[in-house]
Amino acid sequence: MEVLTDKKIQQLQEQANKIRISIIEMLVEAGSGHSAGPLGMADIFTALYFHILKHDPKKPDWPERDRLVLSNGHICPVLYAAMAHAGYFGMEELKTLRKFGTKLQGHPHRDFLPSLETSSGPLGAGLSQAVGMALADRIDNGVSSGRQIYCLMSDGEHDAGNTWEAAMLAGKNKLQNLTAIVDRNNIQIDGYTEDVMPLEPIVDKWKAFNWHTQEIDGHNFNAIIEAVGQAQATHEKPSVIIAHTIPGKGVSYMERDYKWHGVPPGVQDMPDEPPKTKQAKIALNELRTLGGKIISEHQ
Amino acid sequence: MLSPEAKLNTKLFDKDCEQAPIRKGFGEGLLAAGEEDVNVVGLCADLTESTQMHFFAQKFPERFVQVGVAEQNLAGVASGMAAMGKIPFISSYAMFSPGRNWEQIRTTICYNDRPVKIVGSHAGVSVGPDGGTHQAIEDIAITRVIPRMVVLSPCDAIEAKKATIAAAKTDTPVYLRLAREKTPVITTKDSPFEIGKAQIFWQPPNGKPDVLIIATGALVYKALLAAQNLEKEKIGATVLNIHTIKPLDEKQIIKLTKEAGAIVTIEEHQIAGGLGSAVSEVLSQNFPVPIEFIGVRDQFGQSGKMEELLEHYGMNEKSIFDAVKKVIQRKK
Repeated sequence: MEVLTDKKIQQLQEQANKIRISIIEMLVEAGSGHSAGPLGMADIFTALYFHILKHDPKKPDWPERDRLVLSNGHICPVLYAAMAHAGYFGMEELKTLRKFGTKLQGHPHRDFLPSLETSSGPLGAGLSQAVGMALADRIDNGVSSGRQIYCLMSDGEHDAGNTWEAAMLAGKNKLQNLTAIVDRNNIQIDGYTEDVMPLEPIVDKWKAFNWHTQEIDGHNFNAIIEAVGQAQATHEKPSVIIAHTIPGKGVSYMERDYKWHGVPPGVQDMPDEPPKTKQAKIALNELRTLGGKIISEHQ
Repeated sequence: MLSPEAKLNTKLFDKDCEQAPIRKGFGEGLLAAGEEDVNVVGLCADLTESTQMHFFAQKFPERFVQVGVAEQNLAGVASGMAAMGKIPFISSYAMFSPGRNWEQIRTTICYNDRPVKIVGSHAGVSVGPDGGTHQAIEDIAITRVIPRMVVLSPCDAIEAKKATIAAAKTDTPVYLRLAREKTPVITTKDSPFEIGKAQIFWQPPNGKPDVLIIATGALVYKALLAAQNLEKEKIGATVLNIHTIKPLDEKQIIKLTKEAGAIVTIEEHQIAGGLGSAVSEVLSQNFPVPIEFIGVRDQFGQSGKMEELLEHYGMNEKSIFDAVKKVIQRKK
């Protein structure tokens, strides 16, 4: 990774803001899809695609690239927007999200967009695939492999037993080339995670599975990039970064509200929120006037 | 009479006919595939010796992954390894893989287009004493319905070895169905094998069949026993071995159906969704004829000896003999 200067941080913040605007525009055009998760993960995706990942958007099948597995496929608007901004495909594709014949399927599908590492959607299965990639990489390149496998996961999918099966195997095999980043936004479809199925103490759970753990503010670029650096420097253990994020980050009426998990702006009226005819306009106005000022509450 | 082209075991009907478990052929085939290609890897969910993956695991410990009793993870990890260029074979009992982890197989392997080979051992009621929880009789139905999946169901240990080696060379997901118990070795190392190509194992001496018997797995032997008995009664049968249930050799099935005019299908599986269903799908659109199905009729298995269970569920040579008589009656 290149050195992280104040100037670079500002560039990343501005980039994340552009990605958030794209997310809202895509969702409004599609008329369906998930809002809260993609906005909440915009900073982490920006850090990955514009600073951390070893990749080449013009050569997506470059064998030496790092691998990024998105386990919770439903937040794909942020993946698609980050990939488009990074140059994997044209920005005009973003408007085709969820429409017939699109490369940008409602949940990611490699048949339609071959530059994806995996097709995903059903929760709890991504970490297994990332573990498989890390195991294969170690067979080929040994423990000193320079390649990193990243798995982006939701907190809700910790309900799934498959997640813990994968965590156990990674701990057993000491997969130091594997880093999981958990979007700890505390919401899932049916409500707040601690009401639906309590996950705390989530860090202790990962520790108990023999993972190196870190907790960060998922909107702080310094923290995100430092944590990934520390994960890469960790030997003999896979790493998990529990990234505390604010669902809907950047759009005030969506922030922290689980009702925005699976709906886009402009589709339905919601109690105590702007009428549906104004939701998209307000969201875009807020994002456009922020000018990269979406900053961490702990910065 | 036995078809000469199939180059079958000439001692097939002798009392001392060689017997071997079909799963053992997989174990030997995986070892051979692993020797041939360094990218072949093996993953198992705590049933390594039972599924005969131990030959491979002992020879290539660095290419073997023990995932524990975690079949969902088994499928997903294999998908990830395939994404990195590996050719993963995953083994468990068929009831657990593809039984328990069906959605992971569909999404992370088939939908993802990863060439993982899913090896389900202990399929069918012939597992015996373990009882119904361990007798997979739905696995053909749930695998053949998934796009991209190739479904292989070899009839003996030698064919299982060939199927394993062939599966390692395909670039698609494959389900390989295996049985636990020792069963007669029908084929020889010289018998031809090609994925998707059904083979005639038995044909009437006069070349004029009254019935076409289409069988898969270890019950192919029962079909041959029935055909032998039918010949004594001057009933001509063609026995077709279907080691590849998907893609089905439609051309051969249609051609032989036109010659025979009636069919009996045989499988150690639910009648719903298995080989009989696959054959019916082809013939109802191309050349409808009377068909009788040998298989399990919407029931679960139970404990018992293999022969007891085959008799109880109507899948032994006598049931086949009776089904042939019945279907020939229906032709008239």
